Formats: sequence, structure tokens, C-alpha cells
Amino acid sequence: MTEFKLMKGNEAMAEAAILAGCDAYFGYPITPQSEVLEYLAREMPKHNRIVMQAESEVASINMVYGAAGAGFRTMTSSSSPGISLMQEGISYIAGAELPCLIVNVNRAGPGLGTIQPGQGDYFQSTKGGGHGDYRMIVLAPASVQEMADFVYLGFDLAEKYRNPVLMLSDGAIGQMMEKVKFKPYTRPEVDKSGWATTGKPKTRKRNYITSLHILPEKMEEHNRHLEEKFKMIRENEVRFEEYNTEGAEYLFVAYGLSARICQKAMDMARQKGIKVGLLRPVTLYPYPYQRLNELAAQVKLMLSVELNSGQMVEDVRLAVNGKVPVEFYGRMGGMMPTPEEIVHHLETLIQYHHVN
Amino acid sequence: MSIDQHVLPGPEPVLNLPACHKEEDEYEMVYHKPATMVDTAMHYCPGCAHSLVHKLIMEVVEEMDIQEKTVGVAPVGCSVFAYDYMDIDMQEAAHGRACAVATGIKRLMPDKYVFTYQGDGDLAAIGIAETLHAVNRGENILIVFMNNAVYGMTSGQMAPTTLPGMHTTTSPDGRDVGYYGAPIKVSELLAVLPGSFYVTRQSVNNPNAVRRTKKALQNALKYQQLHKGTCLVEIIGNCPSNWKMTPVEAAKFIDEEMVKTFPLGDIKVPNAEDLKIF
Ligand SMILES: Cc1ncc(C[n+]2csc(CCOP(=O)(O)OP(=O)(O)O)c2C)c(N)n1
Ligand code: SF4
Ligand SMILES: [Mg+2]
Repeated sequence: MTEFKLMKGNEAMAEAAILAGCDAYFGYPITPQSEVLEYLAREMPKHNRIVMQAESEVASINMVYGAAGAGFRTMTSSSSPGISLMQEGISYIAGAELPCLIVNVNRAGPGLGTIQPGQGDYFQSTKGGGHGDYRMIVLAPASVQEMADFVYLGFDLAEKYRNPVLMLSDGAIGQMMEKVKFKPYTRPEVDKSGWATTGKPKTRKRNYITSLHILPEKMEEHNRHLEEKFKMIRENEVRFEEYNTEGAEYLFVAYGLSARICQKAMDMARQKGIKVGLLRPVTLYPYPYQRLNELAAQVKLMLSVELNSGQMVEDVRLAVNGKVPVEFYGRMGGMMPTPEEIVHHLETLIQYHHVN
Repeated sequence: MSIDQHVLPGPEPVLNLPACHKEEDEYEMVYHKPATMVDTAMHYCPGCAHSLVHKLIMEVVEEMDIQEKTVGVAPVGCSVFAYDYMDIDMQEAAHGRACAVATGIKRLMPDKYVFTYQGDGDLAAIGIAETLHAVNRGENILIVFMNNAVYGMTSGQMAPTTLPGMHTTTSPDGRDVGYYGAPIKVSELLAVLPGSFYVTRQSVNNPNAVRRTKKALQNALKYQQLHKGTCLVEIIGNCPSNWKMTPVEAAKFIDEEMVKTFPLGDIKVPNAEDLKIF
């Protein structure tokens, strides 16, 4: 299938799940992503795959655990309050090293918040979320196309590292319609026979899935093993995109929907003669610290634009390490900044920091 | 006194073997540990029901020759290490989530025998939602429900199944039913759901009870071939440590006290029509 289709982000993601060979989807309805379960409830049975509406997100993530532990390609999706409920399960999945894909179509919070888009789950997604020392690989799509593409990428990375992968989208990208092309996909060969619980033949030792290591020595050994893995992920899987960074004097840093808005703001500012570029982290974990640090040697100011009260800006500051001012601009609660608003803010900051 | 001090110097002792002595190969094998058990020491307290029930399940797996087709789910509770003892593929679930995990396994591998093994805190408190919905969907799994009326692993707090008036570390004056409600009769509750196929309550506190429990486990695993719904085998488990009793007293306590709230026997049995193929 190589022709373009017009689809909602959520539906493109669901279709990609089928094309990526997802064996089972478990979910619970929540706005703004209920289309995923609806789409798959209709389509998965046609492909003899499993789709199940669970009794809660607690149940769906644990169904994912069971299916992933048995060696199947499996996923769930939800939105912020539901993802909060899944944190226990995600921690167990990370501890037990099970590959799976989790999609968060971020809405604004805290609490029940609103069904409108937000990016308030950045901390939760990238800094742990559940208990214990673990990380998820976090992919941040900025288009309907990427919501589809990152399903394949997400499954492949999850299986490569035996680690949960989170796609952190938001209510706008999930709900909006854009053209999307489902690219041909070859699934990498992955041997799960060494750990998947498929029933123990006489010829091998039993496989068991667990996150329990009661002896401190063993637990630390496991922690170190996980950390080795995260180190490999940090070394090999950093993904980002740059726009107009060559010769740029200022830099927007934004992911997902904010990056889309910043692209527009960047074009407007450039028309005004302000040489601003954009760095869009595609992976939020691992984060492009190094590239941002390099750019700090070149630009005079960075502005992190987010749909929250300032979360990713902490990582930008960590990357820049005081070399240049790093400022933040954000809207919340489902409110969106206009490109004009962002340009105006950038102009004010340039004056304020005397960096024109 | 160290052991060495008992070893006196002198000639090898002569063994006075009794007249009935047989050489090893002359014995008839009447009992053996199932080969489906891992040959290791268990961490359970003396007189605990868990070890016995582990062995019963594994005996049934061996006798049915389904080791290769069986996947178990261990809970969080004293039996959290079940996978160290049962020589089958297993998954360790988060506290209370075993039935959701088992759903994920069984839906993808409908021809495998899937069971959960759960304590009363795990199943009836924190995991009641996952359990009830799994049974309501008629998940074709076996739930082995170990009801010892306390939180064993965390050292004896009140469980949803703690008997009225029973002393635990969190009900020091005895369970006050007015404050905490009455013990939940999980089996009776779940038997009402059309998704349950076979529900029985057994114990392992005397040889006959052990035999009945084994039979129940045999039935339940066999019924899984029918794809007719959930089988629930509740076992009233001895927890001498947290009941502050000797193993013998604990065995007696089940007959004298536990069965008043949790009467033993079948609660829901399949109709003859369903079992015709056996
Ligand atoms: C989310 C969570 N809460 C609490 C605990 C602590 N905890 C471990 S086992 C247990 C109770 C186990 O009791 P039960 O299920 O009756 O099993 P038993 O030990 O009696 O066999 C509790 C509360 C935990 N591990 N996880
Ligand atoms: S505390 Fe109770 S349930 Fe736990 S091992 Fe000891 S006797 Fe068994
Ligand atoms: Mg208990």
C-alpha cells in the first residue's frame, strides 16, 4: 500500500499496528484516543488478531504483560489519566524486560483535566513515571504520518532492547486528519525462544518472566544490566530533526505539536530577519543532549516551547549547561500558542537578554 | 556441642539391619515427587498449605503429561516464588493482576493450559476487579485461590477473607464486621457469574482433603480442554505462622473455624451434557 490516505492520527496508528503484525491490542476507552480501540475492534478480527476492551487500564497493561511475556507483539494505548493507571504495569514490564508498545495521546491535566491536547506528561514519560530505576524509549510524533511510522519503529526498538517503548502523542495529532502513506515494512527477525513462556518442552529449561530479585546482590546486578541497556539506547537511538539551524542565532526547541507550531513561528520570524532555527527531538528518551550542547556554542538564546508549564526545558538547560540563556514559553489546559505569540515572545527575550 | 564431637574414634559401626530390610532395587515405588517439580528446598513455613498445593498441581501436570503446554502465573504473596518450584514456564504478575496477565497469555495461546495461583489478599482485595472480569469473560483458565484468611507474606495483616472476630496484626481486637464488613466469599460470588464453569472449595489439612483437592485440580485442568469458562479451585490454606499456631493446631482450626465461614465442597459443577466428551 503506497498511495496516500487521509486519516486521523489515531486511526493511522491503529492501521499501522495491524500492518506491523501486532498480535494483540488491549485497551480501555478514553478521549481523545477511543478511535484506536474502535478501529481495532472492527479490523483486528479480520486478521485473526486479538483485540480486547479491558475493564481498566490496570488490566489492559497487565494483559499486555502476559501477551508480551508469551512472546507476542502487543500494544495498548490510552490518554493521560489512563496512562497514570498503567504506571505500575509499565514498571513491571520494564523490570521483566518485556517488549511492547504503549501509546499516550496526551491530554491536559492534572487530574481529570480536559480532553484537549497537552504535553504535561513529559516528566512522567521520560523520567520514570512508575517506581524504580527504569526508562522507556519515548518517541514523539509530530504528524499523522509519524503516528503510523513510529508504530513500526516502536515495535522494532522494543524487541531489539526488550524494553517498553512509549509513543507520546497528543490530542491534536491523534485527532487531526492528514495524508499518510503506509510504507512497506520488513519485520526484523527476533528470537524470543530464550525467554518467552510458550510452554516448556523437555529440551529446554523453563522460562519465567519476573521482575523480582530478592537478594540485594542480584537486584543490583539486574539494575546494572538494565543501566547497560539504557546506556546502549542513549548511544544508539537518539533521534531529532533540525530546521534552519545552519547559521542560526536563536533556537526553538519543541517536540510534537509544539514543533509544528514552532515551524510556522520560525518562518514568520525569519521573514522579519530574525535568524531562528528549530530543533525537534524525535526521541524524548534518549534525549539529544549532545546536539543541543553543540548548538549552544553557536546560538545566542534557546527557547523551549511546550504545551505545559515548563518540563522539557529542564533537559534543554541540562544540555546547554549554562552556555547560553534557555527560556521557556508554554500554554496549558488545551490552549495553543499562536505562531505570532511565540515570535513576539522570542523578540522580547532577545531584547531582555541583549542578544540581538 | 559441635557435631564433630559426636564422632568417636574406633572401628566402623556395624549396622544391625532389621529382618525386613530390602536392598534399594527390591522396593516398590509407591510415592515419588513429580518430575515437574524443581528439585530444591522450599521457603515455606512448616505446615504451610502452599508447598502441598504446588506439589498437587505439578502432580496433575505430570499425570496429564501437559508440562509442555502449561503456563502458570504466580502472584505477589508468600507463593511469589512459585516459579522457583514448578518446572514449567511461568510469569510473575504484579500484586492482584494475575488474572489480567493470564488473560493476555491465554487469549494468544488458547490451546495452552493456563492457571493463576493467588492468595486471598492478591485475589480478593487488590485484584478483585481483574479476577471478577476475567471470570465474567469466562476466561478459559484455572484460578487456584489460596485462601488462608490473612496476608501471609507481609506477616499476618487482615485480609478480605479474615474471619469475624479473628485476630490479625491489623485487627488486634478481632475483625470487627461492623467496621470492615464480613469476609468475602469469593467462590460463591464468582459462581453466580455465567462465565464460571466449575467452582469448588477444598482444603489440604488431612489426607482425604488432599485427595479431594487433587481431584478438583485434575477436573479443572481437564475442563480447560472444553473452552467453556473459568474454573476456580479455592483451597483453604493453613498458615500456622500467622495464625500463631502449631501445624497441627492450624489443621484443626480449619475444620473447627474456617469451614463455618467457608464451607467445603463443590459450589458450581458442570452439567453432564458439557462433560459428555470425557
Ligand atoms: C501494590 C502492592 N501493594 C502491596 C504489596 C505488599 N504485599 C505483598 S504480598 C501482600 C499480601 C499477600 O497476601 P495473600 O495474597 O493473601 O497471600 P499469602 O501470602 O497469604 O499467601 C501484600 C499486601 C505489594 N507487593 N504490592
Ligand atoms: S506465612 Fe503462612 S502462608 Fe506464608 S509460608 Fe508461612 S505458613 Fe505459608
Ligand atoms: Mg493469604
